[in-house]
Amino acid sequence: MAILHALALLLAFQLIGEGATYALALPVPGPVLGMTLLLVAVALRRDLLARLKPTTGTLLTHLSLLFVPAGVGVMVHGARLAAEGVAIAVAILVSTVLALAATALTVRALLRDDEDRR
Amino acid sequence: MNPAADVWVYLSASPLLWLTLTLVAYIVAFTLYESSRFNPLVNPVAISILLLTGLLAGTGTPYATYFEGAQFVHFLLGPATVALAVPLYEQMPKLRRAWFALTVGLLVGVVVAMVSALVLAWLLGASKATIASLAAKSVTTPVAMGISEKIGGIPSLTAVIVVVTGIVAAALGRFVFNALGVKSHAVRGFAVGLAGHGQGVARAFVVSEEAGAFAGLAMGLTALATALVAPWLAPWVIGLLR
Repeated sequence: MAILHALALLLAFQLIGEGATYALALPVPGPVLGMTLLLVAVALRRDLLARLKPTTGTLLTHLSLLFVPAGVGVMVHGARLAAEGVAIAVAILVSTVLALAATALTVRALLRDDEDRR
Repeated sequence: MNPAADVWVYLSASPLLWLTLTLVAYIVAFTLYESSRFNPLVNPVAISILLLTGLLAGTGTPYATYFEGAQFVHFLLGPATVALAVPLYEQMPKLRRAWFALTVGLLVGVVVAMVSALVLAWLLGASKATIASLAAKSVTTPVAMGISEKIGGIPSLTAVIVVVTGIVAAALGRFVFNALGVKSHAVRGFAVGLAGHGQGVARAFVVSEEAGAFAGLAMGLTALATALVAPWLAPWVIGLLR
């Protein structure tokens, strides 16, 4: 039953998130709002944590799997990739490395004392 | 028609076959990843996509047929995002101490990720629709597709770009951080989650629970910040590039 409870909770919070986002025309993505609300719920009721943990752990361990169906969509864009594939690939590669570096350097510079000791 | 071909025609049109094969391809890819001792360059998503596109091309199966089965996996992206609340809660004391650095890092990272992609694609002569499709590349798939549609991109192309971005961030993060001498798991996790959304988070959890929680936080905040910023910043930048 534990897994059913956990799944129902996750879906319910996503549902609330999506519903609120739509009804109030919020710029926040529904699942992100759902995550925030669940965070509040867990802070208020600590016993939820133990109930959720086995299921969320499994789901997050294989988060990568969930991106496979969208990635296979690459086959639909053959024509565009033949024409613009190099531009797209270079833009992704360079901008992702820049984003990794800029974020890491900014956060490190602003964190004092306790960081980078590990 | 011979019986084997008959069974194939029946099964290849049902969602069951492609759902099963998506899981099998991922298990094969993950086993390779595991046996490489989680070398970031042996990316399980990239390997799964190669296996499946090969299979679909070889059997002449259209993507729409494939997705009828795979959509059940795709659907779980939403609940998985909600599930990030658990590691976030557990790392709360650390997150609270670092909130200022993380907020500034978030804004810098989101703008760099978006603007550098737009400018590079423009320099390399990409079309307007392609450039717009790149704007939300560091945001988790369903959210990125929505943003892309709003600013004149092609949502299905954005979905692919997002996945490739995640592969690049997960594969190269370690090398970028080592080159810069960034050692803290919190900082590394936050950066890889920002640049590589869910795939960055998955990679960060392989490294440590702490890195994973910071990556999850970054993924959520990046989706939020990009959803707020992209609809006006991206068209403005694209306008300047004309």
